[in-house]
Formats: sequence, structure tokens, C-alpha cells
Amino acid sequence: MPLKIVVPVKQVVDYQVKVRVKKDGSGVETQDVKLSMNPFDEIAVEEAVQLKERGIADEIIAVSIGPSSCEQVLLNALAFGADRGILLQTALSFEPLIIAKLLQQIVVKENPDLVLMGKQAIDDDCSQTGQMLAALLNWPQATFVSKLVVEDKKATVTREIDGGLETLMVTIPAVITTDLRLNQPRYPSLPNIMKAKSKPLEKWRVEDFKVDLAPRQQVLKVTAPPKRAKGIKVNSVNELIKLLHETDKVI
Amino acid sequence: MRVLVVAEHDNHNLKAETLATVTAALQVASAVDVVVLGADCATVVDAAAKIDSISEVLLVDNPVYQHPLAENCAPLLVTLAGSYSHLLASSSTFGKNLMPRVAALLDVSQLSDIVEIISENTFVRPIYAGNALATLKALDPIKVITVRASAFALAVLTNAAAPVRKIECVIDNSQSVFIRHELTQSSHPQLGTARIIISGGRGLQSAENFTLLEKIASRLNAAVGASRAAVDAGFAPNDSQIGQTGKIVAPDLYIAVGISGAIQHVAGMKDSKVIVAINNDADAPIFDIADYGLVADLFTVLPELERALAE
Repeated sequence: MPLKIVVPVKQVVDYQVKVRVKKDGSGVETQDVKLSMNPFDEIAVEEAVQLKERGIADEIIAVSIGPSSCEQVLLNALAFGADRGILLQTALSFEPLIIAKLLQQIVVKENPDLVLMGKQAIDDDCSQTGQMLAALLNWPQATFVSKLVVEDKKATVTREIDGGLETLMVTIPAVITTDLRLNQPRYPSLPNIMKAKSKPLEKWRVEDFKVDLAPRQQVLKVTAPPKRAKGIKVNSVNELIKLLHETDKVI
Repeated sequence: MRVLVVAEHDNHNLKAETLATVTAALQVASAVDVVVLGADCATVVDAAAKIDSISEVLLVDNPVYQHPLAENCAPLLVTLAGSYSHLLASSSTFGKNLMPRVAALLDVSQLSDIVEIISENTFVRPIYAGNALATLKALDPIKVITVRASAFALAVLTNAAAPVRKIECVIDNSQSVFIRHELTQSSHPQLGTARIIISGGRGLQSAENFTLLEKIASRLNAAVGASRAAVDAGFAPNDSQIGQTGKIVAPDLYIAVGISGAIQHVAGMKDSKVIVAINNDADAPIFDIADYGLVADLFTVLPELERALAE
């Protein structure tokens, strides 16, 4: 039986943008800043599409939670090759626990075999949502995955861990989070970008789901990190060694 | 208030990241316990018991915990959580994998990768690749936290040993199985704990040229790191990647060789005490954060540096 795959995708400030902290300390400037799909989620979509191309999967559902502009990342996922999209609209931003609970509702509704998602979002850098979703569903988790082999309702995964690689086998259904080296995401072709616009895109409001949306963390302030003092240019290896040895005493 | 630190180890050695996590824990409360989940891990327990100022070591020693599968470890930690106000682990791949699962089972939020403790419920953590720092107040009754080890000093080991309490609880799941490890062999110190790190980027041009860094690393007892570009190009192993989504380090000395300084890389090393950049492109952004910049061809500089260090 081919698999059904849910791929959560998050809209984030593009990785090339160097963010600026707002003057009032309430967050970072996201107005008039380029927004893109979280790069790790692109890898998850690509992996799902490759599984479909190999006949292992037959349906890919991309899910995004956020403002209506998230439609853009869903269209992007559909252009990659996802079959349909689900947008959970909200003007609020939520912690990973609440996102995981909303995704749990989608999983209950759609009943997929796999949830494939990025190992972390490059905005809040939390790296929590996949593990939390697996816990809530009582599914196994395979995090930071750089190789995935699916056969007979089992997934053999290679994980990137400190110190090297670890291989696990998990039963399906499972939550799998993607690391950088799982694949190289494609550039969707123009015909596929056009085709994406005619694929189904369901819209809900987060309030439509029975999830307690109350925050568990309060952001007191967001500040810019301390700036490093400006350094100097040295002209030779000897000058460098002398400074490191005599001034900084680090060698 | 009582804090439980989850020890990270390989059943032989306690990881230094755990010592940094204990330091963070002691800033939260004076009562800190350490839990060791392992198999035949007596040397780890001995080391954990000797960590200065901890109250007790909890031990689960069972073959099920030979490898720290989240599906086995998380529910066990949940059974212990009731006695604690805070559960801490380091934000290594071990802690990042495990702690969110624990938090979700407890129906509490989690704080990732904290770098500063303001009070028992208020913490600072970097966001956006360290380009901003968020101060967060945790509202849940139990705070589940991962700690950026490089932001805290290592707790010291003493001769006095804290008591060890064995726990006869084992949770063996049928959903995940460990198959194998392929660990990187290296004669150099580990990136997480090295006092000096020398890192190479795309400028090194090949895996063979990384031996130029290895030689210097041997002279300095340094660890060898890499930029994402160098890892993507196959010059260096994946686990040597330093940056936002790789390892985050803060050694006394960081030498960046042939690394341009993309924000994702800088996120992983900008808290190093002294930063040296060696690059032939005078406009490379790495020079903006370097204390000492040397604009030169690395293939000339590296042998020169090695010779000078040999003297």
C-alpha cells in the first residue's frame, strides 16, 4: 500500500536576510522582508515527492499554519509536487507545542502514514515541533535524518548526531525530521508552478480546532546581540602568533 | 524548587556538555539531581556522583537504555518529573531529540538552547541564527529546557560522591530499534569542548587540503571544524559543521580559514573569545567579526603557521 504523507511547511524570513531587531524590543522586523519556505521544510517536501516518484507514496498533503501569506509557501510545496494544501489561518504566532497540537488534529483528520518535516525552523531555531508531534500521537520519531529507506511499513533512517551517524529502524506511522543532507531540493519547473495554482487548497481557522491556544511562554523582550569590538588586520603569520601568544595568551 | 539534569554519555564517559548543564541548573536552584539512563554504565555514574554540589544521582541501568532512544527515555523521565520544577539537558543532538518529547508528554512548553538564566522562570535564548536574543518567561509549572553548553562553564568534579539511587523502572517500546553507529574517528579534541578550533571553508578546495588544518590542530591540541560549504563539497564530515544548524561553539580561539562568513556560519562561532580569519578576499564578511584578520593565500599561510608553531 503506497503511503500518504503530511508535510508541514513554515513561512520564515528568507535565510539570506539579516534580520533587524525592532526598536521597541517586541521582536524582529518582518515587514517588507523577503519570506520563504523554511529550508528544512523544502527538504521534507522534496523527500516526499521523491517517495511518490518511486511509487512508495501516493499522496502528499502540505500543511501551513500562519497568516494568509502562507498560501505562498503552500503553492510552492504544490509546485514541488505536493497534491493538495491545507492552510490553518491565524494572525497569531504560536509556540512549537501549540503548533504540534494543531498538526496532531490534521493528522487525526487525514490519517497519514508519515509526517515528514524540517528538523528546525530558521526563525525561532527551536527544533521541537516534530518530536512533540510524535509524542502527542504516540508515534516513533526519527530526527535529523540524512537518509531514509521505507519498506514494509518500516523506515530505516540515518540520523546526524554529534560525533557521527546513527541508524535506527522505526515502525510506520512515524514522524521524520529532515537534516541538510537528506537531498537537494529541486527548482520547480514553470509548468509545475502554473499547475500548482489549480491544485486543491483547503482553508481553516486555527479556532476551528479544539486546541488550547493560550501561550505557555511570554516574550518579555527581544534585543540585538552584543556587537564584537572591531578587530585589526595583521600583516604576517609571525605578527599573528605574537598577538595570540603575548596579548591574548590563547596559544 | 529542584532541578533534574539528564546526563549525556556513551555508557563509558560522561559528556562535558552535562557538566555545563549542571552549572546552568545550579543557577536555577541549589537542589540539583542528575539522572543517568544507561546500560553497564558504572564509570558514568561514578563521574556523575562526583559533580560538585549535586544532591543525588538517579540511575536506571538496563540493557534497554544501551542507546538513548527517545521513545524509551521520554516516558521514563515523565515518571520522575513530578518531583522537579525544572528538567534540563544540553542542546546537543541528544537533548534536542529527547526533551521536546518529554515536554509534550507533560503537556508543557519547552525552551531550547538557553544561554542565560535571569530567574527560575525567565531565560534568554538566541533566535534568528543568533541575530537576536529573546528573553522568555516560562509559565508552565514544570520547565523543560535545553542548555547551550558553550554558554556555561563546566562544573568541576570533586572527591566526595553524591548518593546514587537506583530506579527499577524500564520502558521498552516496540516502535524504534537501534541498528548501528558510524562514529567519526579523530585524534583531536571534540568540537564541543576544545579550547581551540581551526575551521576550513570552501577555500580549502579539497578534502586532502584539510590535512593542512589537521597538522596545525595537532600542534595546538585543537579541534577541526568546517563551514557548511566545505561539508556540502565533501571536504569534511557532516558532524564537523559549525553554524546555526550544526554545532555551536565558543572556544578561547577560533581560526577560520578560507571561510567567507555567511550569517549561518557566524551564528555557530561568534561567541568565541578570540577570532582569527585567514582569507584571500579582503571583503569577506568573516573579517567583520574577526579580532585578527590576515588577508593572504591560505596555501602559503598554513604551512608557514605550522612551521612557526613547531618552533
